[in-house]
Amino acid sequence: MFGTLSYKTQKNIIIFSFLLIPVALLLLFTYYPALKLVWFSFTDWDGYSPEKPWVGLNNYKEVFSNPDIFGVFTHNFAYFVMGIVQNIVAIYFAVILNGRLRGRNVFRLLLFLPYIMNGVAVAFMFGYVFDTTQGSLNLLLQSIGLTKLGETSWLGTPGLVNYSLASTGLWRFMGYNMVIYIASLQAIPRDIYEAAKIDGANAWQTFWRITLPNMKPVIQLNLFLTVTGALEVFDLPFVLTKGGPAGASQTYVQRVVETAFAYNHYGLASAMSIILLFFVIIVVGLQQFVLSRGGSSK
Amino acid sequence: MSTKKFNGLDIIKYLSLLIGVFMVLFPPYVIIVNSFKSSDEFNTASTMALPNSFFNFDNFKVVFERGGLLNGFSNTLIIICVALVFNIIFGTMVAYVLGRFSFKLKKAVFGAYLFATVIPSITTQVATFGIIKQLGLYNTLGAPIILYIGADVIQIILYLQFIRNIPVDLDENAMAEGASLFRIYRSIIFPLLTPATATLVILKSISIYNDMYTPYLYMPKQSLGVVTTVLMHFQGVNIADWNLISAAILLILLPTVILYFVLQKYIFEGVTSGAVK
Repeated sequence: MFGTLSYKTQKNIIIFSFLLIPVALLLLFTYYPALKLVWFSFTDWDGYSPEKPWVGLNNYKEVFSNPDIFGVFTHNFAYFVMGIVQNIVAIYFAVILNGRLRGRNVFRLLLFLPYIMNGVAVAFMFGYVFDTTQGSLNLLLQSIGLTKLGETSWLGTPGLVNYSLASTGLWRFMGYNMVIYIASLQAIPRDIYEAAKIDGANAWQTFWRITLPNMKPVIQLNLFLTVTGALEVFDLPFVLTKGGPAGASQTYVQRVVETAFAYNHYGLASAMSIILLFFVIIVVGLQQFVLSRGGSSK
Repeated sequence: MSTKKFNGLDIIKYLSLLIGVFMVLFPPYVIIVNSFKSSDEFNTASTMALPNSFFNFDNFKVVFERGGLLNGFSNTLIIICVALVFNIIFGTMVAYVLGRFSFKLKKAVFGAYLFATVIPSITTQVATFGIIKQLGLYNTLGAPIILYIGADVIQIILYLQFIRNIPVDLDENAMAEGASLFRIYRSIIFPLLTPATATLVILKSISIYNDMYTPYLYMPKQSLGVVTTVLMHFQGVNIADWNLISAAILLILLPTVILYFVLQKYIFEGVTSGAVK
């Protein structure tokens, strides 16, 4: 029956019917909540009462003027720093593992392994690694003679806890970045290297002048993911430290979730979400700007 | 090349790789050895020491009996299977339409999928939560399922790449024989997308299996626990018994690790084709 219609009609029916549910889902669970969020952010809604009192920009003023809220972002900074380290380590291993090397595939396989592991299980695993008295990290440090360092309270020291947590992120995602970098390395044409070799370039020059520039788009993509990832950290500190000690490892998203679901300040939480959304869009915008400039200068 | 001797650079390379591998394997090693230790043994021996026996499965038994792990595994499996079926159907449908036809809103649809990645889904949960409640899906398996079934842009890009490699001649031949466009999708495009679907199944399964936030927020009911929330609950109850928790962690890590070693080739392909292009 459907087959007897003209292809033009069929085409229109297919386009409409095939997109209907998927696009409806996209609108319902991504765009509609985002729009609602904008509206909530101007109200003082508590999350359950029928009336949502309009308060204008008060929530935004609160977020920016209350150092207690905005200061939480400083905790996210550690994830950014570790993310940069993670990318450098990933590029290093990618370059090594892209060359001729015995056991290359085994190393690749093992370094990527953490990425597929369950995040909650990994978090608890590291809870044990970082434990002050029986933790395996401190035992390891003591057994190699670093007694003083082996008494560190990795998750109990306010200045340190975020870096300890972020290093867990490095452990988990370095291999992922590495595999992506390896793929981008393999896309670089071999003859460029041959030509460089003939011109007498050494290993360092080859890396600096050929490898790195050719990896630029992928490095930028990964840096973008690092920055947004650092802004959006939630599960690790939530599972491992519950934001402690005394809120020192609470991240911004954790604060948003707590504000909404524990303290019933939906309006304020919405404004906090919108501000985060803007930060992410700014990062994307900068990214696009840099990328398109890099593209045209070539 | 092969006759070349080890030089200083090679030593640095191998040394750094070995350090990297040691750091990767050290935390799981500690979990593995401790999951086989009895409580007495755990309290007296060093945490890094090997267990008396690798055949002491008592901890695993306790985890299965007390932890509700089987229930967690079955809930997780149901969610993954149902979500994947819809995911594959929707993903291939959207990619078929975007890959084969030109129409007015084509760019807008693709753009909408693309821009959706910019919106951190975790921040919109405050509003999504209300929608799930209104749909009556709160505290049902339906909540995570409906949140996972939508196609995302990575998935669509993955399928689009494969569709571009399917010659349009095939469609045209089928049309010459009078096949409907739906039949072309069902009998030509869909089967030829199987490699992409395999990649998607692996990656999406791992990401659903590892997600903690969605089930935690939308299914607090204990009987609806998935592996992650079951583990969180088990850890909360047995906070001091690290040998038990180690066993629980190991049991939860095992399925994906086994899957990984069996399917590593496809996993690497999937990760790179989704991210690089």
